[in-house]
Amino acid sequence: MSVLLNKDSRVIFQGFTGQHATFHAEEAMKIGTKVVGGVTPGKGGTQHLGLPVFDTVEEAVQATGADVSGIFAPPPFAADAIMEAIDAGIKTIVVIADGIPVQDMVRVERYRLGTNSIIIGPNTPGIITPGVGKVGIMPSHIYSPGRIGIVSRSGTLNYEAVAQMSDLGLGQSSSIGIGGDPVNGTDFATVLKAFEDDPDTDAVLMIGEIGGPQEVEAARWAKKNMRKPLIGYVAGLSAPPGRRMGHAGAIISSESDTATAKIDMMEALGMFVVRNPADIGATVLRAIKS
Amino acid sequence: MNIHEYQTKDLLKHYGVPVPPGRVVHTDAQAATVAEEIGGSRWVVKAQIHSGGRGKAGGVRVGNSIDEVRVIADEIIGTNLVTHQTGAEGRLVRRVLVEQASNIVREYYVGLIIDRATRRITLVASAEGGVEIEVVAKQTPERIIREIIDPAVGLLDFQCRKVAYKVGLKGALLPQAVKVMKGLYRCMRDNDAIMAEINPLAIVDNGQLLALDAKMTFDDNALYRRPTISELRDFDEEDPKEVEATGHGLNYIALDGDVGCIVNGAGLAMATMDAITLHGGRPANFLDVGGGATPEKVANAFRIVLQDPAVKIILINIFAGINRCDWIATGIIQAMRDQNIQMPIIVRLAGTNVEEGRTILSTSKFPFIIASNLNDAAAKAVTEVNNIVQKVVPLKKEHS
Repeated sequence: MSVLLNKDSRVIFQGFTGQHATFHAEEAMKIGTKVVGGVTPGKGGTQHLGLPVFDTVEEAVQATGADVSGIFAPPPFAADAIMEAIDAGIKTIVVIADGIPVQDMVRVERYRLGTNSIIIGPNTPGIITPGVGKVGIMPSHIYSPGRIGIVSRSGTLNYEAVAQMSDLGLGQSSSIGIGGDPVNGTDFATVLKAFEDDPDTDAVLMIGEIGGPQEVEAARWAKKNMRKPLIGYVAGLSAPPGRRMGHAGAIISSESDTATAKIDMMEALGMFVVRNPADIGATVLRAIKS
Repeated sequence: MNIHEYQTKDLLKHYGVPVPPGRVVHTDAQAATVAEEIGGSRWVVKAQIHSGGRGKAGGVRVGNSIDEVRVIADEIIGTNLVTHQTGAEGRLVRRVLVEQASNIVREYYVGLIIDRATRRITLVASAEGGVEIEVVAKQTPERIIREIIDPAVGLLDFQCRKVAYKVGLKGALLPQAVKVMKGLYRCMRDNDAIMAEINPLAIVDNGQLLALDAKMTFDDNALYRRPTISELRDFDEEDPKEVEATGHGLNYIALDGDVGCIVNGAGLAMATMDAITLHGGRPANFLDVGGGATPEKVANAFRIVLQDPAVKIILINIFAGINRCDWIATGIIQAMRDQNIQMPIIVRLAGTNVEEGRTILSTSKFPFIIASNLNDAAAKAVTEVNNIVQKVVPLKKEHS
């Protein structure tokens, strides 16, 4: 998808020389992602994976023209790394870390106001545009180029949906994980808008879960503004109230947080809904044929 | 992480929020001593467990003499208090808070939440104190006042005044209300809480505002930088299986079904539970082994799931991204061998190194039930568990 990660995107990694960033930068380069360098404070001036390492994001942007950053800093340092990327003018910031304190994200979101940066995550597998590249930790071999856009809160459930779609011969234009945290950078509605404007996308699959108002807000936005078919699934039908189901944001705090309430609202707003997670692929196929 | 009421009140006191004089005690004799020390003519004895609805369950009672306080404390300490949040088994009361009783003129609600839509901390207040705020929100949403807080400047005095006026805290109460709201906000911000509420915040008969009950929940992800909050954790209030799971880097939540689940990823774990439910089965737990699961981690997952005596079968559903199916399979074999598992095991593997993983399972001596996809896995799990239940029921009848 052209907005967030396309063939012209120039990618850096923050925390570049660490074990995880190294592995996932190499994986990204293998599928053609245009990685132009990375940042590790204290290691500026050295080379890593044959690419330049910088001390600050500002330097990296000046030297390489980077406009996308994959942040692999651990949770205690992630908020600072995100704000450094915003300050340096990075447009798409992908935050992998799971476990960033929620008040840190409240401050980050305040800092982002008035800038052109988009934060994907935290607690996300990242973005992949099959055939173009990826910034994230998803297994790229399961994705294939196609015309379905996917946006999800969960990582592995995203993979599950992709596998079901692949069995039916459906590929993806882009897959974007917005992450499982209660306060995240980009919500469903923002990504839906990007897919609606994207000429390479014919239909969009939205994979949500219990907790928070995002899925229903996105469905409301879509009813007014979206012409492409929108398919929705919400995980956590059998989740008990008041318990965090793994993701910090997956908790039923009120009646509107339940999977059933969200799915019913989405259906009432005219979306194609999936009630059984085994039917995701089939429902996408039905939606694009309708 | 949740803490007890007495701990919340101790914290709030440091931030200038007025609370009734009182202390936590572990015995009836201590309760009597504390009542005498704090003085007054009436005292409240409050069970300290991590649950709402303590009053209705008989866990909050008033004593009109030192002797009554002693008797009430004796009755409450050591009982299993059953509230709408504890489940039928209830929660053992290990300590009570003894406080001076107040003559309440009026009750209010003041709370702070992290609003997910605005991505800000939001001050919430209502003139309907003493009632759960969710109930007010549902029945009379117009009676809830909200004020969004800009983290760059924090909660401002004028915002507190706006809220106070709207709920009817005027005149001499206004500066007190501002102090309470700002104290609550600072306490939440400085300690990385994700929720803080005073309910009720009461006007008592001397015209003072007093926080009669208070609750705070803290961000587990921020405990690393809040050592004093971490120390307030009470493991007695948590499911020991969940505590053990956390120690192994696993995310486990006990449920009341009989199909044990071992899955990678929170979303897929929930979807797996959903698929089981839709096939007519009941998941026994949520369990996320996370990314990069080693064979040891998988074996630990088995150990924790099997601590639940209700578990009759186990369903493993792995879609490996940064995980590896061969490691998962090795972990499964290790668990089968070391833990002498006899129940049916349904395995669905997909993703990275899936062929290697399947080979490890098929060349082992264990009779795994292999599922090809999510639907197949859920269907097979429910069929297996139904077979077991049908075999057990007639046996029970013969013995009775």
